Amino acid sequence: MAQGNNSIKKILIVAFSLCIVCSVIVSTAAVALRPMQQLNQELDRKTNILNVAKLYEPGMDVEKVFSEEITARVVDLDTGEYSDEFDPDTYDSFEAARDPASGRTLSGDQDIAGLSRVENFATVYLIGGEDDPEQIVLPIRGQGLWGLMRGFLAVEGDGNTIVSITYYEHSETPGLGAEVNNPRWQAQWEGKKIYDEEGDLSPEIHLTKGGASDEYEVDALSGATLTSNGVTNMLQFWLSEEAFGPYLAKFRSGTEPEDAEETDTNFEDVEGA
Amino acid sequence: MADVNAKGVLTAPIFHNNPIALQILGICSALAVTTSMSVSLVMALAVIFVSSLSNLFVSLIRNHIPSSIRIIVQMTIIASLVIVVDQILKAYAYEMSKQLSVFVGLIITNCIVMGRAEGFAMSNTPGISFLDGIGNGLGYGFVLMVVGFVRELLGSGSVFGFTIFQTVQNGGWYVPNGLLLLPPSAFFIIGLLIWVMRSVNPEQVEDNEFKMKENTKPQEAV
Repeated sequence: MAQGNNSIKKILIVAFSLCIVCSVIVSTAAVALRPMQQLNQELDRKTNILNVAKLYEPGMDVEKVFSEEITARVVDLDTGEYSDEFDPDTYDSFEAARDPASGRTLSGDQDIAGLSRVENFATVYLIGGEDDPEQIVLPIRGQGLWGLMRGFLAVEGDGNTIVSITYYEHSETPGLGAEVNNPRWQAQWEGKKIYDEEGDLSPEIHLTKGGASDEYEVDALSGATLTSNGVTNMLQFWLSEEAFGPYLAKFRSGTEPEDAEETDTNFEDVEGA
Repeated sequence: MADVNAKGVLTAPIFHNNPIALQILGICSALAVTTSMSVSLVMALAVIFVSSLSNLFVSLIRNHIPSSIRIIVQMTIIASLVIVVDQILKAYAYEMSKQLSVFVGLIITNCIVMGRAEGFAMSNTPGISFLDGIGNGLGYGFVLMVVGFVRELLGSGSVFGFTIFQTVQNGGWYVPNGLLLLPPSAFFIIGLLIWVMRSVNPEQVEDNEFKMKENTKPQEAV
């Protein structure tokens, strides 16, 4: 290396020009690929929703089927009514939970799913028409063993019978807790009931060890007690009166949730819905 | 190892001077990403891409890099390439990037990439440095694929996602070995691999750094 390389002037020139060149390369890549990445995230979310609703087949046109079959609505968790305050395509309930204006802090005994904060409004996905849906897909999340698990729960139009459950983001132990996404385990959920006949808002559904004996029980994952507890807790939370309880209660009693405002907003007509 | 020709720098790192098996570099990512073969393959390709191009660029400007900031210069080049790889994976292989998560970003700290930039590219011409980067990436990839094969076959009963042994969870007969799905198992496999490679090439065995002293006799101790 030449002696002149170590002069302060040379060091500054080399460092500065290298930074310029590298930052141009990095930002070009980031900007050019961003639309593609967002498309992928969208597609992944939609695939998961179709999957949990048992509409997904490999090789299908996810975008097309999603826009034909599924209507997204934002629900006020407090009242269980639909709200037109937010656009369901852009509303991010995860972000909303963190914002003091659109979320609330949970007290210790409410917070069984380990969330610490929950949003006031959540997006639900309706399959087969908005007025009398065949299925309702609810977003759920909660702590597993190693971290936050995020997924979807599909419930039939009666607001009580489970269709399926899936997790699209989790960090559970491979082969044990990560079996939450094993299709054989997921298949057990079909036909299970969330609430008993008393008609209150406390969900009965839970995971149990040593074989499920009634329609409120699902076999726990073997070797993954803490993940199983996490799944039970997040279902108990999200289906309780703190979250989707009031909303689902309207389907059980036969009174469908009404629009908060009397507007004829059909989200299927919105471009890109 | 010493001969700097195109064929030598490409093939030597695979068996004779393997970065993982002989130099024991880049172990951490080898532990983390080898639960399945497809993930291992993508990781290997990412490392080949980064190590070859970082070697090329470092070598191109090697006569202008002030020695006092040379490590930072190399890191900047490597980090930029890694971000580009990460962005490309997120755009074109989204499922894969979800599984690789932070480990693509951690290529920046992979000692193989850094080691070749500092140890080879700083003192050789761009063409041969580029090939050296590919060679070392291939050596890394070779170990990853072997470890990934053993872990996926015995841990999940499949190879590249295709079922070989039907596992008990799916109604078959094979009880998968859960240990092989966890990172520590890769230590055992890499250890066995090093044992095999050093048995085949005895010149890779290092001399003992110290000699054991003989035990003192019982009479002397009393």
